[in-house]
Amino acid sequence: MKFTKTLAAVAFASTLALAGCSGDEEKDASLTDGSLNGANGLNDASTSGFGDGSGINGGRFGANGGRLGANGLPPEFSDPNNPLSKRTIYFMLDSSQVQQDFVPIVAAHARYLVANPSRHIVLEGNGDERGSREYNIGLGEQRAKTVASMLKAQGVSESQLSIVSYGEEKPVAMGHDESSWELNRRVELAY
Amino acid sequence: MNVFKKLILATAIGTCFAPAVNAEMSIEITEGIESAMPIAIVPFANQGAPLDVSSIVDSDLGRSGYFKTLPPQRMPERPTTADAIHFANWQGAGQNYVVIGRVQPNGGQFNIEFQLFDVSNGSSLLGYRMTVPANELRKAGHHISDLIYERLLGKKGIFSGRIAYITSTRNGTQANHKIMVADADGANAQAIASSAEPLMSPAWSPDARRLAYVSFENKTASIITQTLATGQREKVAEFPGINGAPAWSPDGSKLAVTLSKDGNPDIYILDLSTRNVSKLTKNRAIDTEPTWSPDGRNIVFTSDRGGKPQLYSIPVQGGEERRITFSGSYNARASFSPDGKFITMVHGNGGDYRIGVMEANSKSISVLTSGPLDESPSFAPNGSMVLYASRKGNTGYLSAVSIDGRMQQKLVFDSTEVREPAWSPK
Repeated sequence: MKFTKTLAAVAFASTLALAGCSGDEEKDASLTDGSLNGANGLNDASTSGFGDGSGINGGRFGANGGRLGANGLPPEFSDPNNPLSKRTIYFMLDSSQVQQDFVPIVAAHARYLVANPSRHIVLEGNGDERGSREYNIGLGEQRAKTVASMLKAQGVSESQLSIVSYGEEKPVAMGHDESSWELNRRVELAY
Repeated sequence: MNVFKKLILATAIGTCFAPAVNAEMSIEITEGIESAMPIAIVPFANQGAPLDVSSIVDSDLGRSGYFKTLPPQRMPERPTTADAIHFANWQGAGQNYVVIGRVQPNGGQFNIEFQLFDVSNGSSLLGYRMTVPANELRKAGHHISDLIYERLLGKKGIFSGRIAYITSTRNGTQANHKIMVADADGANAQAIASSAEPLMSPAWSPDARRLAYVSFENKTASIITQTLATGQREKVAEFPGINGAPAWSPDGSKLAVTLSKDGNPDIYILDLSTRNVSKLTKNRAIDTEPTWSPDGRNIVFTSDRGGKPQLYSIPVQGGEERRITFSGSYNARASFSPDGKFITMVHGNGGDYRIGVMEANSKSISVLTSGPLDESPSFAPNGSMVLYASRKGNTGYLSAVSIDGRMQQKLVFDSTEVREPAWSPK
């Protein structure tokens, strides 16, 4: 008697289950090997892509480091009295305007790049963590573009510049208050 | 008999292999509802199964917030067959429902049977039997939870789904970013992609077989699609400038993306078979974070054309762009509920960012969370909850809140930065 009751309920449940399940099955079965394979596939891909990446990472420029990259930069880039030693431009909240303090730094880099037309820089735009991530990618790009226009206005060739925006994905200060945020709203000039 | 055979087949293939991996997170309910239904999941009779299926059901249902499960030590009896249940005992224990079951070996596999009873009249509401290999016992538990949830609440369960999210660990200037995929309860977390450069914006394909995401692995932005089953990756966009915010069309044939190749960030539609891109928005402001309405007709996106970011809507074929958010100084990163009736977004006021849900018709927004740095909301596949990323102090975590805001659960992680959760659509 118990059995029949169960059976009726089972029939009901099975239609639901079938409806909900039929699409799941291949997906799930495949996921398993899948995610493992996935990891392998990607690791291979990133490993090969990153062959020379670690060096660049290690030589990260910025206000905090002042270390030199391995890119054979001349000595003035490490002289703290030379504006070329400063390669980070900071921004106000929600702003992509270069503040007055940083205009001479951008100008120094413009002069260097004009005098060294074979040099290329990447302008890396960054923002603080507040708000949505993809929108912050947009803000970071605006900042990098502002610096790019200033450099171009001072004679730097378009071909010497490229732009990437990391939004809030590459913070240099890990806190969650204004003192960290103001360090993260920045454009890095990466030679 | 026919029914039974079919059923066993359906459930056997309906569950999936789930390797035992130590969970990276634990889940706690931070706000439950007063009216949670009392239900007792009596420990199933178990002959040799390496996993206690009933405890998985117990924790799924308890964690949902809609049920209040009875700890086994407070149970008046522990029946494993229907005729051993004394319903008066369970009424006395204040229970509305009782679930019993048995797990028995069957060749190399296990038969699982369970029944759900209404304590008030002793009637059987649900009975079910399934055969699964040992490594699918966990999945079977989630499946049972889904069936009970659906039977008692009238909407699809959310325990068999998966979540994708991003984690980062940092060591000085070195970072390691991963895209993780885990069961909805955080178990079986596995990295499907890892990189020293940022990874972001994971988005499930409608069939839940693929993820699209943004990778900076070559120090420029690119959009990748990756098939979970094979690990096969395809770079589908790597234009100069921004390649971001991928969102799958409901039929899975296209991505809406953000590109800045023509000067400033605009929304484009990328056809995945031809790789053609067509420009949808043409505004000088930042247009980004596109999402498709479930009927595939409209794209809702973030734009700061009015000064601050707000949500706008445009027909997929092009046409009039309409602002759809009017309260709050900041509304961004929209995502539709599966039925299209609600839109969740990051809702900001004066530097405080919370998760909001807007009724698509009335445009009224309710704020579900307390901020101040909440982001990346996405709906559960049954539309009942919104999963998002939050932080308290230096700890980032994922959280889920019911769309009436009454129920909240927190997914706690160990010492990693965790963000951008996305619930699989099925």
